[in-house]
Formats: sequence, C-alpha cells, structure tokens
Amino acid sequence: MATASIAKRGMFARPIAPTGLWSWITTIDHKRIGALYGVTAFILFLIGGVEALLMRLQLSQAEAGVVTPEAFNQLFTMHGTTMIFLVIMPMGAAFFNFMIPLMIGARDVAFPRLNAFSYWTFLFGAILLNASFFTGSAPDVGWFAYAPLNGPGFSDTGVDYWILGLQVLGVASLAAAFNFIVTIINLRAPGMSMMKLPVFVWMTLVVSFLIILAFPVITVAITLLLFDRQFGTEFFNSAAGASPLVWQHLFWAFGHPEVYILILPAMGIVSEVLPVFSKKPLFGYTTVVLAGIIIGFMGWGVWAHHMFVTGLGPVANSAFAISTMFIAVPTGIKIFNWLGTLWGGSIRFTTSMLFSIGFILLFTIGGISGVMHSVVPSDAQQSDTYFIVAHLHYVLFGGALMGIFSGIYYWWPKMTGRMLNETLGKLHFWLWFLGMNITFFPMHFLGLDGMPRRVYTYSEGMGWDFWNAFATVGVFVLGLGLLVFLQNVWHSRKNGEAAGNDPWDARTLEWSIPSPPPHYNFAQIPHVYERDDFWHKKYAEGADGRPVRTVQGAAPSSEEHGHGHNIHMPTPSYYPILLSAGLTLIAGGLVSHISVSVIGGILALFALYSWVFEPPTAPETQTAGPAGHARDKRRGGGKR
Amino acid sequence: MAMTPHTVIPDEHYTSTGLSHRKLLMWIFLGSECLFFGSLIATHMVNRGKAALLHGESPACLLDIPITSTSTFVLLMSSVMMVLAVSSAERGKLGSMRFWLFMTALLGSGFLLFQVYEFNLFVDEGLTIGTNLFGSTFFTLTGFHGTHVTIGVIWLLSILAISFIRPDMVKNPLNVDIAGLYWHFVDIVWIVIFTVVYLVGRLGVECAGA
Repeated sequence: MATASIAKRGMFARPIAPTGLWSWITTIDHKRIGALYGVTAFILFLIGGVEALLMRLQLSQAEAGVVTPEAFNQLFTMHGTTMIFLVIMPMGAAFFNFMIPLMIGARDVAFPRLNAFSYWTFLFGAILLNASFFTGSAPDVGWFAYAPLNGPGFSDTGVDYWILGLQVLGVASLAAAFNFIVTIINLRAPGMSMMKLPVFVWMTLVVSFLIILAFPVITVAITLLLFDRQFGTEFFNSAAGASPLVWQHLFWAFGHPEVYILILPAMGIVSEVLPVFSKKPLFGYTTVVLAGIIIGFMGWGVWAHHMFVTGLGPVANSAFAISTMFIAVPTGIKIFNWLGTLWGGSIRFTTSMLFSIGFILLFTIGGISGVMHSVVPSDAQQSDTYFIVAHLHYVLFGGALMGIFSGIYYWWPKMTGRMLNETLGKLHFWLWFLGMNITFFPMHFLGLDGMPRRVYTYSEGMGWDFWNAFATVGVFVLGLGLLVFLQNVWHSRKNGEAAGNDPWDARTLEWSIPSPPPHYNFAQIPHVYERDDFWHKKYAEGADGRPVRTVQGAAPSSEEHGHGHNIHMPTPSYYPILLSAGLTLIAGGLVSHISVSVIGGILALFALYSWVFEPPTAPETQTAGPAGHARDKRRGGGKR
Repeated sequence: MAMTPHTVIPDEHYTSTGLSHRKLLMWIFLGSECLFFGSLIATHMVNRGKAALLHGESPACLLDIPITSTSTFVLLMSSVMMVLAVSSAERGKLGSMRFWLFMTALLGSGFLLFQVYEFNLFVDEGLTIGTNLFGSTFFTLTGFHGTHVTIGVIWLLSILAISFIRPDMVKNPLNVDIAGLYWHFVDIVWIVIFTVVYLVGRLGVECAGA
C-alpha cells in the first residue's frame, strides 16, 4: 500500500483507501458500481412500492379518505416516475455494470470513471426528484405530464423538480449508455465475434442505442417545457398558436422506445436463464438477437398509438395501428424461441427459472392486451381506463420486474459468493406470481367497466367496489413476497451456502471465474472459440446429440494460469462524484436559488478539468488496485 | 467515415475493433446529438408560420440572409482550419497545430459575434424569446447551437493552453482529432439550421422591406 508513492495532482492525492466509505465513494470498479446501482434502485423500489400501497388503500373502497386528492395526484405521478426511471432502468443498469464486462471477458468497462459518474448522477437525480416532497408540492401531473397541465398557471413548482430531476437522470442514462456501447463493441475477449455474444449483452447493446437516441428527445421536450415555465416561451401554449400535441409527440417519441428500454434487459436475462436450467442452448440464437434489434428499430415507429384518441386523423391512426400490430411479431418470435428452448430440455425448476417462466406467461398476457390497444376502435374505449393500467403493469411488473428478479436469483451467487435459499426463493416467487395477478388482473375488468385511470375516488354503486378491494389485497401479498426476499438476502449474507465458481453448470464466461469475482475479473483474458464457450469447455456432443460432460469435477477456470498480481487496474477517483454533484447543484439551483447553480457550475468546471488532467491509472501503482488487494485477502485467496 | 488503420493509437489498449474507445465514444455521442438537434429543428418546423405578426408582418422578415450567409461562411472556413490542425497534429507538428487551432477558435468566435449581433438586432426590433412562437423556437434552436459552438471554442482553447503547459498530453493526435469531430458536427448542424430556419424560413414570406 504505497501511499507515499502516489503522486499528488491538483488538490488531492489519489484516493486509495481499500475499504470503508471512501473506497465506495471513489470506486470505479464496475462490480462495486453495479452493487451500488442495485442497492439504490432497490431502496427506491421500496419507496415506489409504498406510494403504490397508499394509492391502493385509497381505492380499496368507495369514497375512502386515506389521502387527499392533491396527495393522490402526487402519488401516482411519483409512483410512475420512480418505478420507470429510478427502479427498472437502474436495476437493469446494475446488471449491465456487474455482468457485461464479466460476460465479454473484459477487466472493466471502457470508461471506468464515466461509469462512476453515471451512478452518482443517477443517485443525485433521484434525490433531487424526491426532494420535491419536502417542498410541499411534489409533481402532480402524471408521469407523462401532458401539456397544458404541465405548463405555467396549471401546475406548481413540483413540475420544475420533475423536469430538472429527469434532466439529471437523463445525463446519467446517456453516460452509461455511451459507456456500454463502447465497452461491448470494443472490449470483447479475443475471438468473441458479435454473433458469439451472450444474448443479454446483445440486449444491453440494443437498449444502450435506444437510450442514446431516445433521451435527447425528452431532453429537448423538458427543456422546452422548462423554458415555457421559467422564461415565458410559448412552445406548448395553444393561446399563442402552438399545439400542446407537440408535447405528446415529443414525449412519446421518447416514451415508446423507453418501454423497450425497460423490457429488453429482462428479455436478455430470460434468454440467459432458460438455456442454463433447460440444459440446452438457446433455441434460435440468431433469431432472438435479430428480433431484439428489430424491436429496437420498430420501437421508433409506434409512438402515436399513445395518441389515437387525440384526433390525429384516420391515416395516421391506421399507420400507427399497423406498425403497432407488427411490433408484436418479433416479440412473438422471441416467446416461441424461449418455448423452443424449454422443449425437450432437462428442466430444473430453480427460483430463477420460475421467475423466467413467470415472465413469459405474464409478459404474454401484457403483450396481447397491448395488441388490443393497437386496434383503434377498441383503444378509443380502453384509453385512460384501468385496462391500460392492467396492461402496463403486466408488461412492466409481470415482464420487466419478474425478469429482473430472475436475474437477481440467477447471478446472486456470482455477485456475493453465497447461494440464496431456494425454499424462500420459491415462496417469494409464488407470492409475487399470485399477488401480481390478484392486484392487476381485476384491473382489466375495472377498465372495461369504465373506471378511469388516475381517478382519486369513486362513488358506491358504480360496481367497482369488489374488484378494487380484491386488487388491494394483492398488494399485501406482493409486500409479503418482498419481505420473504429480504429475509432470504439476510439469511444468505449471514449463513448462505458458499457458491463456488459455477453453481448452476452455466454457459457463459462470468461463471469461469471465482465468486465473487476478484478485482481484476480475469487473471488471464480468455480466448473465445464458440458461442457459449464456457459450456463447450465442459461438454462435447454425444452420439445421440445430447451433451456429454468432458471435464469431470470442478469446471475449468480462467484462474488456472495466473495470480493476477501484475494486473494494472484503473485507480479510484474523486472527480466523478464531484462532477455529478456540480451538475445536480446547477439543476437544483434553478428551482431554489441561482447562487446554488453558480456554486455547482464552479464545482463542475473544477471537477471536469481535474478529471482531464488525472491519468485514468496512477502510473505508480504497479499492483492490482488496492481495493483488489483487500478483496483478495478477504475472500478469493483460497480459490486458486 | 472510413476507419483506416492509422486511427489505431499506440497508447490505447487493445480493442476488438481496432478503434480507440474515445473516438468511438465521440461518434456515438454525435449520433445522440443528431436526435437532440433533430427534435429542436422539428419543433421549429411544426411551428413555422404559426407565430403572431411582428410590426404587421411575419417575424421571419427579420432574418437577414446576406449577413447570415457571411457568418455561415466563416463557420465553414473554421472547419477547414480544423482539418489542417488535425493534419498537423497527426504529423507531430506542434507549432502549426497550435496555429491552426487558434485560427479555428478565432473563426468560431467570429461566428459567435455574428450571432450576438443578430440576437441584439432582433431584441431591438422587439423580438425576444417570449414574444411569439417564432421567437421561442428561433432563440432556443440557434441559442443551443451557439452554446455548442461556445463549448467547442472553450475546448479548442483548452487544448491550445494544454499544449503549452503539458506538451506531453497533446502528443497523442487523438485529442485534437476528437475535438475536430465535434467541431465538424457542430458546423454540419449549422448548415441544416441555416437551410431550414433561414432559407426555407423566408420562402413565400411577404416582407415590406424585401
């Protein structure tokens, strides 16, 4: 630990504390950043869950008075915004961060400091958004904040927090997406051609491209809105001749690709989990990848199906109806490929597998009700009713979240080195599977019975009482499932079974190294010859076409040949968090006091220039980074 | 753009494609910027002709095409200077690189001066960002472009300063190359804005002065 030899540059010595708070604040290790993303997103998930619970309690019976109408508006706005931007996206990012370098055989992402910057910007953006609660006016205009309701004169400062919070979060998402595109294109292990990439990596790539192309659009939309609110421009002011529909076009030109940004990571996870627990390669790898790319492209051609009832006219409506129906085709192809993977496999019903199968089932229901919305006449009836609420929760809870939890159960042993308890895991799955259906399936009936979405309350005798009460029960079942999961995590941390390198007999590279992975990931960068290369190192094809294990005992490990002590890893840095803080202060100052923005600007500028002058790797540290040292001594030492 | 082998920079690590991380990052960033300006330009086009009249005629009458053509020419010439700066950097000629970088920043600043002059003129004529839809979209769109040029000028001047303070940091021509990509992109965006806002914007508009 050569502290003295670290050169001083600018104001600070390079941070090198191996453990403790500082090591986490300055870390640029993609695995630690992934863990930070995951934990933060999970805490925000609990916040979003409480918001949902309050709303369901309010709607559990006619004329209930659990919250005020104003609070209800804030709850549904923040619930939607939180779950989409602060939970599902960052939970995906947690896996991108932790897993992508491991799956492509890389030591780190292409830009480690930029990666840390993404995380801190996400955290600060989340804080800025939620700070609105403490100003007494959280945003109350729905997660898509339609004009003119979002404009000056119709809404309070909560919308300014919403705008600036999203702006900061957008910077975080963009930075992460740039990083992952470069990482995946440029840092693959030798021999790993694009068509040998694991499907999860492919889906990450598609999602990253969607982010870099969709987020500038919402950046513009909310910038124009901010100008309308603060500088007196007239972008969405119909009195000045502008069309508020422009907001909807901009918002959904972002918002619909965003839906695929939310679901594609889950599709990628499922495509990894199903083959492992079916003991078969993924059926139709090429088709699954192509379908993902086509979904990414087509996601741009369907946005106006959110606007069928705004009177775009029959030509536009027909065009978007057709494109929306067609986007179900690549999605359907994926579902058949997953079923084909299960077909004839030796299936192990682990918790992760159950969540993946649950994903297929629930996502299919959500997908089919999605096709129903593409039919303009039926959409005119269903639009803005609880039917839509049911649909989007089948896609985002039944789809995205179930997929993410499949990933959590699948990769937990790799991330922590310990197994999760399978009995508790299965209990969690069944509680969630049942709770999810109890909560959201009745919403289809409520919607068809005419219950509008975002409604604060309803009178008795509308015929909505029973299913609303029923749905509220489901939330408690979901909450119980969450408690079981937390218990499982606690149990695993305290006395979970040691995982070993490859507990699932898996197919991809991350399982060829110790759990948890050492700081430097791979002692030797692997050379890849086949798709699912790690599997081919363990198995050959027998006479009957079934796989035959060629390597007995422990799976071959990339750790065999080296001890990783001469690996030069990037050094931790202060500047990512300082730059994030500067940017967030600039944004926060715009809603509080301009002097805060000035301080933020100075801080950001200082951090930016210091960042440029700081070499990514301190040349003086000739060993694996200090954090890697500590980790080696603590856990990985005996593995070799 | 063709990725020729000379884009491989020795001090960058091994990459699967042979492209440097940072150059790839800049290309992807510029792809993202296309959508940013695309959305702004689309908003301007949607609102074309919807603005309230100013002094009894279309606010587009304020646009002075000869003057803006001149400033457009200045900006395009700065791209030529940038090409020469990158070429000098690649040949390791520090002195001429400094000169061409300075010329690029100078012409970029010249363009910005034209913009400041134009903005002042418009405000004097009574057109501000809040006057009508034309003012809102015009100042937002060209203002964001001007901000990009300003960042570019600061960037170029930073490289210039660093070349004196820490010459070792600019040994790598990639640093200039990447700034060049950004600079050319900002110029190309201006060509689109000039065409859409100024040339197309004046089409079919009846003005008293014209």
